[in-house]
Order: sequence, then structure tokens, then C-alpha cells
Amino acid sequence: MMEHGPAIKPGNDAASKKKSKLGVILFIVYSIVYGGFVIIGVVNYELMGKIIVKGQNLAVIYGFGLIVFAIILGLIYNAICTNYENKMNKEEAS
Amino acid sequence: MIYTPSLTAIVIFILFVAVVLVLSFYLARKTKSASSFFAAGGTIHWGVNGIAFAGDYLSAASFLGICGMIAFSGYDGFLYSIGYLAGWIVALFLVAEPLKRLGKYTFTDALDARFDSKAIQLAAAVSTLIVSMFYLIPQMVGAGALVKPLLGLEHHWGVIIVGAIVIFIVATAGMTSTTYVQFIKGALLIIFSIVLSVYIFNNGLKLNPETKHQSYHQFIKLTPALENGRVTKAEDYKVMDQVQINEHQLVKLEKSGIIRWFLLINANNEMVLQEMLSTTLTPNGQKLYNGEPAKNGKFYQVGHLSKIIVDGKEVDKTGALGPFEFLSTIEKSEIVRFEQLKFSDGKNKVSVWYQNITSGSDMMKPGLRFKIGKDATPISKLNFISLMIALFLGTSALPHILIRYYTVPSQRDARKSTIVAIAAIGTFYILTMFMGLGAAINGVLDVESSNMSAPLLAKAFGIGLFSIISAIAFATILGTVSGLIIASTGAIAHDIIDNYMGKNLSEEKKVLAGKISAFVVGIVAIILGIAFKGMNVSFLVGWAFAVAASANLPSILMLLFWKKTTAKGIAWSIVVGIISALGLILTSPMMWGRYGLNPNDAIHQLNNPAIISFTLALLTLIFVSLATQKDNHKKKDI
Repeated sequence: MMEHGPAIKPGNDAASKKKSKLGVILFIVYSIVYGGFVIIGVVNYELMGKIIVKGQNLAVIYGFGLIVFAIILGLIYNAICTNYENKMNKEEAS
Repeated sequence: MIYTPSLTAIVIFILFVAVVLVLSFYLARKTKSASSFFAAGGTIHWGVNGIAFAGDYLSAASFLGICGMIAFSGYDGFLYSIGYLAGWIVALFLVAEPLKRLGKYTFTDALDARFDSKAIQLAAAVSTLIVSMFYLIPQMVGAGALVKPLLGLEHHWGVIIVGAIVIFIVATAGMTSTTYVQFIKGALLIIFSIVLSVYIFNNGLKLNPETKHQSYHQFIKLTPALENGRVTKAEDYKVMDQVQINEHQLVKLEKSGIIRWFLLINANNEMVLQEMLSTTLTPNGQKLYNGEPAKNGKFYQVGHLSKIIVDGKEVDKTGALGPFEFLSTIEKSEIVRFEQLKFSDGKNKVSVWYQNITSGSDMMKPGLRFKIGKDATPISKLNFISLMIALFLGTSALPHILIRYYTVPSQRDARKSTIVAIAAIGTFYILTMFMGLGAAINGVLDVESSNMSAPLLAKAFGIGLFSIISAIAFATILGTVSGLIIASTGAIAHDIIDNYMGKNLSEEKKVLAGKISAFVVGIVAIILGIAFKGMNVSFLVGWAFAVAASANLPSILMLLFWKKTTAKGIAWSIVVGIISALGLILTSPMMWGRYGLNPNDAIHQLNNPAIISFTLALLTLIFVSLATQKDNHKKKDI
């Protein structure tokens, strides 16, 4: 099978520490938002049924929001990581 | 449920399976090395791998289980969608890239990369096998459930067909073939879920869910004569008996030699007997549907709206609706759900399903299945929190998901494919809400199996769509089972035989060991799939997540983020995670019910173990690591 050369060789990535730190920060951000959903469910359950906008209740807005938020955070993370890799691995090579 | 198979469905299904097999033959020519068998040579494009992730992940539990749970319990089913998707955040931000950097073929490689420890190799391989088996059983059971309406075959044939095809796919071409099967299936599943959702929006809401493809049973209402709360006469039916189950008065009536069950209700201050669905299992093993043999076809698909409100006015139908209008209109309307009661009538075992009018606003928020609202107890709230933790933490610890990081060339590709996966899976999960609610209101539900809700909804819109959706659902199972079997073969051939037992197999022998393992695991999966017939598909998957989160995730996370982690810490954490999660599951109220005992007498009242087992595994890792720091001088820097 044809071998494609890896863009970055495993174990040789100057940006890995910065990417890992960014990952942890974004993970904490998402965990807080996810935790908020679980806490509302347990502590103030009736709030979930409250209509927020255009006939949609908080459960629908928050639930769909968590899914869309994951996609957006993913895209942001990828853009920043790619930027780190391009910049730092070039510096490393020069 | 009584099903009649269709020729179109059979033809489309056979074509679908044929394409998958031809593809496997074609790709098999390329599989020679161990790297290509276990990890597709690390050459898969990130876009393809991302959709293949979706293919791996969107198993029978997602498509069949979640849609079914939303159809029967409303928003509570959607909690699974939210949790399953959120799990990918852990995978993307914490696990994807480091795991790709550390591993080769299996996640045991990554855990062991710094230590070269026999204890880790064995514990992680056993954990992979246990989680994969937990995950395999519901997939095989799902296959058995699907073949009945699709091909008219019995449960065990579905399990055997899936087992045979998957053994063939895996043993011929390993991960390369599995990846492309997953890619095709993942893409088709998302495309046709969008098509099904468009049908639902175009159809809108209506009180009578009849379509040109299906009729809808009109449930009878009788006016009874009563004496001291007991029914003495019911029009031209003969009153046989009246029993109280919980707070419900059930009345047994007879006409023309056929026994039917009715529910006595107070409708607008008038007592009415409302027809129920019933099944009766006689002592000689005969099953009657609404008092008649199956061949008479007197058992009906159900689920409808009893009230539709648009702009404050009651209407009979709405016409086509947009996605958000669809949800807001259901929020204001009323849905008739069918709830089950079980009891013994002499020597007969009877199940009845009665109409329970549920407000749309209750349907659209959590609480119908998971008791977190007004009737909640501290334990029911703890169960809810524990489930949400298991779903969040389980994804990034599933072996068949983890191995997919080794199929791409670089860490950057691992990250990008995870994002494609999140976008694809997120889109699908949003659609589960529409497909589940669509099934709830369009008169398609099989009260005996919530798992069939989405395919049966497709059937209401036409046999062609049903055939394609069912074939995809079947392929969903094929794909997920293939991924799980590859993960298991990696654990047996690579982790246990090659590394743990130190056999140092040649490339060819390693591939041969992998193929033999695939055959053995496949046979075991077939046997378990037949043995667990009738088990709820999403039931075991939730547990697989809990076991994976408890056994694997503390090790993965601490290895990456805590320098003091030791080999013994990891091995003990895996052992404690598995034992505590399995122990809590086997002594849970849900299992007590399955053993035929009273669930209230169970040793504890926690059905979802993750909150305790994950914490125990994490604490074990920390304490054992701190106690064995002197071992860490042998640790390699990577």
C-alpha cells in the first residue's frame, strides 16, 4: 500500500506542549457548560421546561447548544493547533 | 409485533451486503503486514477516517436505541445523544493526539509505551476484551431484532448472518476493509437520516397518522354499567373479570370467544372502557395478540397525537413544518404514549399497553424515564448524574474507537479526523430528536420493541425508504461489530500472545493469529447474541460505557497528565475499575429484576455505576502510584 509521509513525525512535535495545554483549557470550558446542564436537571428541573426563544424550551436550546458548541470548539481548537504546528515546527526546523 | 417481509426489502438488503463483501474482497488483496491488518497501515485519509469514526460510533444503540427511547420517553432519550457526543470532547482535547503519538496498534501499546510492563499488557488487554464483549452483545441482539421485519427470519439467523459476514470481513482484510465499510455506512446513515427527517417535516403533525402506506387502528371506547366501582355490563361484550394493577382498573371482556382487555377511565366525568393492546402467554407456550393468534394480524402499531395546538387553536393537522416549528408545536400539543403493565391472569401471563396522554411540554424536557423532577429521590438523581458522567467519560475509553487513531498518518490527522467525526455525529444526534418524535406521533411504534421505531417510521413513508434504512441499520451493526472484533483480535494476538507471552511472532504469524482470534471472538459473539435475545439494545451499551470509563480512562488521563503515574498504578487502576464497575452492575436493581428478584431488595439502588467505579479506579491509580514511586526510574521518556 502506498505510504503517505506523516505531516509531523510522531514524537517530534515542538507544538505538542502548547496544544496539550490548550486542549486542557477547552476541555475545562466544555465540562463546565456540560456540568451546568446536569446541575440544572438535578437542582432546578422545572427550569428545563421554560420557554426561552421561538417556542423552544431551555432543555432543547441547551441540549442542541451543547452539540453545536462541541463542533465550534473543535474547529477553534484545530485552527489554533494548526497555527502552532506551522509556526513552531518551522522554527524548530530552521 | 407481527411482521410480513417484503421482496423489495430483501432485494435491497442482499444488494447492500453484496457490495460490502465485494469491497472486502477488493481491499483484502492489499492486506499483508500486521500494520495493515490491525491499523490499515496508518495510511487512511483523515476525512475518510472521521466518517469511519462516525460509522464505528453510531452503533445500533444510537440509531435504533436512542430513536426508540425518544419515541417512548421523549427528551430523556435525547440525553444519550448529548452525552455520547460530549464524550468526543474528551477524545479530541485530551486523548487523540497523545494516543496517536504513543501507540502502534492498540491502546495497550499507548498505556505501556513508557513502562514495558507485563501487568499493564495483561490488564489492558483483558479490559479491551471485556468492554468489547459488553458492546458486542447488544449489537448482535440488534441484528437479530432487525432481520425479523426485514427478511422474515428468526432472531438466531440474524445473529448468525451478522457473525458470519463480519468474520469474513475482518479475517480477509482487517482494518482497511473495516474502515471503508464504516465510511460508507457512516455516510449513508447520516444522509438517509436527513432524508427521513425531511419526510417527517413535510408530513407535519396530524391527529390521524394514517398514510397511503399504512392504516391506523381506531381504539374502541365502550360505555359500561357500574355497581360499586365494578363493571357489570359493557355493551355487547360479556364481562369476565376486573383486576386492579397499581392504580389502574383493568377489565377482561369477551365477544365471539375472543378475550380482550380494557382500561376503566374517567373521561370528562364519565366512566369509559378504553381498548388496550394485550399479549397473553398461555401455559402451553402459545402467544395471543389481543386475544387472537399472530396470523390474524390483530396487533397494531401505535403512537399518536390527541391534541394539536397551533396559534392557540386546536387543529386536525398542520401541514409541512420547519424543524423548529415542529418542536414548538409538539411542545404545545398532547401525545398518546402506550405504557405497559404486566400481571398473571390465572395461569396466563398477560401484558397490556394502555393509553397515557402526555403533554408535549413533559415530552420535551427530561423526567419521563429518569426521575429527576418532582417525584425524584436522592438515588434517582445520583443515577442521572452517574449516567451523564459515564457517557461523557466512556467514549474516549472505548477500544474500538481508540484503535482508529492508529489508522491515520499523523497526530494532525488524528485531530482532524476527530473533528470530522464530531461534526458528523453531532448532526446525526440532532436528527435523533426529530426521528424519535416523528416515530412517537406517526402511529408506527411496536410496543414490544422500542428498537424498531426508526425503521418502522421509514416504513410509514414507503417500503423503499424502509428497505434502505433497514439495510443501513443492518450495516451499522456489521460495521460496529467488525470494529469491536478488530479491537479484540488486537488485544489477543498483539497484546497477549505477542507482547505479554513474549512470542515475538513474525508479521505473517501475527496476521494469522489475528485472523484466528477474529474467528474465535466472532463465534463467541454469535453464541452470546443468541443467548441474550430480547435484551434492550441501549441497556448493555450504557454499561459498556461505564466499564470503559472506569477501567480505561483514569489510566489514559493520568498517564498523559500526571508524571508520578507508575506501571503498577495503571494495572491496579484497570483491575479495580473493571471489578467495581462489573460488581456494581451485577448487584444493581436492574439486574435484580433480571434474576427474577424484587429490584427494591437489591444490595444497592444504583443502576449506573460510573460515579463510584470511576472514582475508585482513579483513587487506586493515585495511591498505588504514590506507593510505588521507586519503580519509576525504569520509565522511558517519550
